[in-house]
Amino acid sequence: MKKLSARRRHPLAALVVLLLALAATGGLYAAFAPAEKAQADTSAQSLAIDEGKKLFAVGCSSCHGLNGQGSSDGPSLVGVGSAAVDFQVGTGRMPAQQPGAQVPSKKNIYSQTQIDQMAAFVASLGPGPVIPTEEQYTATDANAVAKGGELFRTNCAQCHNFAGQGGALTKGKYAPSLDGVDPKHIYEAMQTGPQNMPSFPDTTMPEEQKKQIVAFVRHTTNDEPNPGGLALGSLGPVTEGLFGWIFGLGALIAVAIWVAAHTTKAKKS
Amino acid sequence: MSSTSGATTSASKPASTRAKPANKGEAAVDWVDGRLGIYTLAKSNLRKIFPDHWSFMLGEICLYSFVIIILTGVYLTLFFKPSMAEVVYHGPYTPLEGIRMSEAYASTMNISFEIRGGLLIRQIHHWAALVFVAAMLVHMMRVFFTGAFRKPREINWVFGFLLLVLGMFDGFFGYSLPDDLLSGTGIRFMEGAILAVPIVGTYIQMFLFGGQFPGTDIVPRFFTIHVLLIPGIMLGLLVAHLILVFYHKHTQWAGPGKTEKNVVGMPLMPVYMAKAGGFFFLVFGVISAISAIATINPIWAYGPYRPDQVSTDAQPDWYMGFSEGLIRVMPGWEISVWGGHTLNLGVMIPLAIFPMVLVAIAVYPFIEGWITGDKREHHILDRPRNAPVRTALGAAWISLYLVLLVGGGNDLFATHFHLSLNSITYFVRVGFFVVPVVVFFITKRWCLGLQRRDKEKVLHGRESGIIKRLPHGEFVEVHTPLAAKDLHTLTAHDQPQPVELPAETDENGVARKAGVLAKTRAKLSEGFYGEGAQIAKPTAEEFREIESGHGHH
Amino acid sequence: MSHDISEENLPESHGDSHGHAVAVHDDPFADPGLPVHEPRRTDIDERAAKRAERQVSLMFVVSMLATIGFIASYVVLDIDKIVYIFPLGHVSALNFALGLTLGVALFCIGAGAVHWARTLMSDHELPAERHPIEADDEVRADVIEQFRTGAAESGFGRRKMIRNTLIGSMAMVPLSGVVLLRDLGPMPQQKLNHTGWEAATVQKPLQLINMNTNEPMKPEDVLVGSLTFAKPEGLEEDAEDFQVQIAKDALMLIRIAPEDIKDSTSRDKGFEGILAYSKICTHVGCPISLYEQQTHHALCPCHQSTFDLADGARVIFGPAGHPLPQLKITTDEQGFLVATGDFDEPVGPSFWERKR
Repeated sequence: MKKLSARRRHPLAALVVLLLALAATGGLYAAFAPAEKAQADTSAQSLAIDEGKKLFAVGCSSCHGLNGQGSSDGPSLVGVGSAAVDFQVGTGRMPAQQPGAQVPSKKNIYSQTQIDQMAAFVASLGPGPVIPTEEQYTATDANAVAKGGELFRTNCAQCHNFAGQGGALTKGKYAPSLDGVDPKHIYEAMQTGPQNMPSFPDTTMPEEQKKQIVAFVRHTTNDEPNPGGLALGSLGPVTEGLFGWIFGLGALIAVAIWVAAHTTKAKKS
Repeated sequence: MSSTSGATTSASKPASTRAKPANKGEAAVDWVDGRLGIYTLAKSNLRKIFPDHWSFMLGEICLYSFVIIILTGVYLTLFFKPSMAEVVYHGPYTPLEGIRMSEAYASTMNISFEIRGGLLIRQIHHWAALVFVAAMLVHMMRVFFTGAFRKPREINWVFGFLLLVLGMFDGFFGYSLPDDLLSGTGIRFMEGAILAVPIVGTYIQMFLFGGQFPGTDIVPRFFTIHVLLIPGIMLGLLVAHLILVFYHKHTQWAGPGKTEKNVVGMPLMPVYMAKAGGFFFLVFGVISAISAIATINPIWAYGPYRPDQVSTDAQPDWYMGFSEGLIRVMPGWEISVWGGHTLNLGVMIPLAIFPMVLVAIAVYPFIEGWITGDKREHHILDRPRNAPVRTALGAAWISLYLVLLVGGGNDLFATHFHLSLNSITYFVRVGFFVVPVVVFFITKRWCLGLQRRDKEKVLHGRESGIIKRLPHGEFVEVHTPLAAKDLHTLTAHDQPQPVELPAETDENGVARKAGVLAKTRAKLSEGFYGEGAQIAKPTAEEFREIESGHGHH
Repeated sequence: MSHDISEENLPESHGDSHGHAVAVHDDPFADPGLPVHEPRRTDIDERAAKRAERQVSLMFVVSMLATIGFIASYVVLDIDKIVYIFPLGHVSALNFALGLTLGVALFCIGAGAVHWARTLMSDHELPAERHPIEADDEVRADVIEQFRTGAAESGFGRRKMIRNTLIGSMAMVPLSGVVLLRDLGPMPQQKLNHTGWEAATVQKPLQLINMNTNEPMKPEDVLVGSLTFAKPEGLEEDAEDFQVQIAKDALMLIRIAPEDIKDSTSRDKGFEGILAYSKICTHVGCPISLYEQQTHHALCPCHQSTFDLADGARVIFGPAGHPLPQLKITTDEQGFLVATGDFDEPVGPSFWERKR
């Protein structure tokens, strides 16, 4: 709350409040407007695009240009689709804070409605991957986890590690850990290929398989127990070696010191 | 020899001259002695003296973890199927339901999820293996830094070294057996390394794998090597190692009453039977507890091996990590020789340095023995500070090893310390040459500093922390003189002098030319023991002069 | 501490208190001899000794209880029961219970034995004499004499024919063992030079089959920035030699805007910017596939060789010695991506016979 009040006097505060209000109404309308009414839908859509455009002008245009055409600081967003916006803004990667090898995920500062509006605006610039619906990334297949695991090991584990813990890429870049990532965002990342991640479009990896991969990632990062005890970060032999040295050999040397030490004498000499 | 053959039985009734056994137990032992001669054997060994020091127990950690590995390994062979026949998994671990895998992998899954206690035994086996090699390395370092490898123990040092190397490789073969994604990647690396061998590489590869990679022979073949061949050799070496430890009697630290001609400590029966025997259970207990609380090698999470799949963080177990580092930081040099043949230096050079790193430490006792020309037996250990060059060399070796370990884990260092993978690799490339040199000089100076402090302590006593004012107003700190035992302990070490080149002319005045070898040796010896390589220890004269001279401070 | 302190108030030096070996003679550094044994509490206080005895027994009893616990856990706990244990997380109840009870059972035996040795067994330090390892000269001369006698009696040095033929036969007999190893594996021949794509010809091309869908692909399926893995048509997962084949045939399919492809040969081998590289690293054979779609770099997860896929997979970092082989692709009549021949060079790690 303190943070919020401190920002009250920000030059853009009024604009943000206005946008929030507009977004709330527009978003609510867009969300609840009956889908079968094509007329209303279109107008809701265009309203969302307008709102999105305003949000975009404030938060994104300094790098991506007012019409998403891109600049030296950011790529063109024509044709990236609403899924890319939902992923980038929803995981807090965009707006980016500072240049670096890679833009990290951080706390998302927009509401889902605002993200949807910006997504609608960017989607209007050119056709691209669309934000998936929940059934698109929720597997119903009983054996989805096993199938997803096989696909994950073929397509994903090389960068994100066998348990989705992430890994290093060149020159300070990295594949992030998939711990706690929203299933929707996992799906969108595969669909759009954010930053240096390649995309896995429906043409080469059908929706059903993405679902299975999402199911596997959810399972391995959330539900999977570690029957053997501490997972040690699921990073393979390096952490095992470290643990073995410190707690294995370390404990044994401590024991050895006790075994070999002279027993305390009755009289201190 | 022939004189004894004449003494045959003369009495009509063969009677033992031995006293009647006091009880049934004695009678039983008498019976065994009549066949095996155990009394004579026990006479010198039952009350054998072992000195007490924690660092002398590092070898026992190795021994006991080896025993644990054998016990648990035998159990695992009851369930493990070393076969690469393909099966489809239908077991309790649903994330692999319906996945194709080898029988080796499937049986390891079975051990982990269907055999009660199987997972525990697997984890004990693997944790004990990590501890085994770690303990061997630390044990070896203890022997190195204290100079315990000197005559008469050089051969035992070599036995120990062979055990370390065999232990490393048996570990490699062992973790390759489950045929999971990680170990398969390790075997793939091995295949690539073999292919890099000039001329015969492809032949060795085909013969070892029974065809092209991966084939179906490698796991059964590794299994035999892992459970039979290498452990058999290791068992032999281990027995020889222990026999020599008994035969040489243990080394000891300098101290009151301890000389090169004795060994001071507690007897095997009963104290060391209880301590060493108890220590086995302690080691086993600690490793069991670790296996209860921490996962090792979760093959179910890696998935079965397929040559077109891989996971990042593809590293070997820690003891192979330094070779991984060598491979990772090597620039990709590949040249063409002899009319278009390919020489893959990018793999060959690390493959050649890998054994050299190990051999460097294996041959050190012989090199030091040659440089110093020391032919005496040594049973009193050196304090590391009193052999600065040796200590510095050892520290340099460890630093090299650690730099290479960083290289082997460069991707994890990159992600966890937010560094660039490439920068770490560049650092290791430079560090490989620079860090050991820097560490050498720092360690040597450090040792000399410690020697100076020892000298100071002997001559002036220990700082008591008490300030005293002299009659003319000067403040001095009172130094407590050392006890006789401490004075002895701190001055007990040898200070060898560098070997000198033979005189330019011999006794007849004929010019004698020193060979390159002799000159090198003299130079090295100067480096080991010359000026700047040790601080002359206090002499009795110096001590008395200070004692009687300017008072107690 | 500004006031004067008389000598008497200074702490006494304890070294002298042993009395029997004060260094008063010539050499101040002389060995004072073994220190006098000092008793422990348990040596002089029977109550302390009794307490130690009880402690040792207690540990043995705990060990017995832990063994009972081990057996009970084995019988009672289901193998698939998962429990939450702080701070380990969700772990197998059986593994945890068995490991801990076994650990306690073993540790307590050891701790009991060591405590017993440390408190109740004698702690008198005893010296034992060492004897030189080397034999004295008399023994040495005797043994050498015996050996010489034996050697002379055998005539090994004199009867050169026996000696030489013996050495010859001993040297030859292991050859049988070497010969027996021949059938360990086949000769390399050309095996490493070809892959499964060899079967493809211009007349009968092989389709590129998507590893995910097991279907052929059209160029429009492969988008710029995407990554797809492929295998040759006809190679099925249940094939007997699938592992051997996929270890060489695996492809990494990417698409780069043609104007971004720096190497023209590479562009020509591709189809409208779709490039098919071998997935097998040329360093030691890991499946290299950490593809960065913005930089067009592919990184190997095993040893970090980095290839620039926009520049003919040139090695730009790491230990690999040569670029990834590229498979020439085109489309067939139905518009599916196909290969019309094998790679121009062997895939995977280099080897002696490999021509550069």
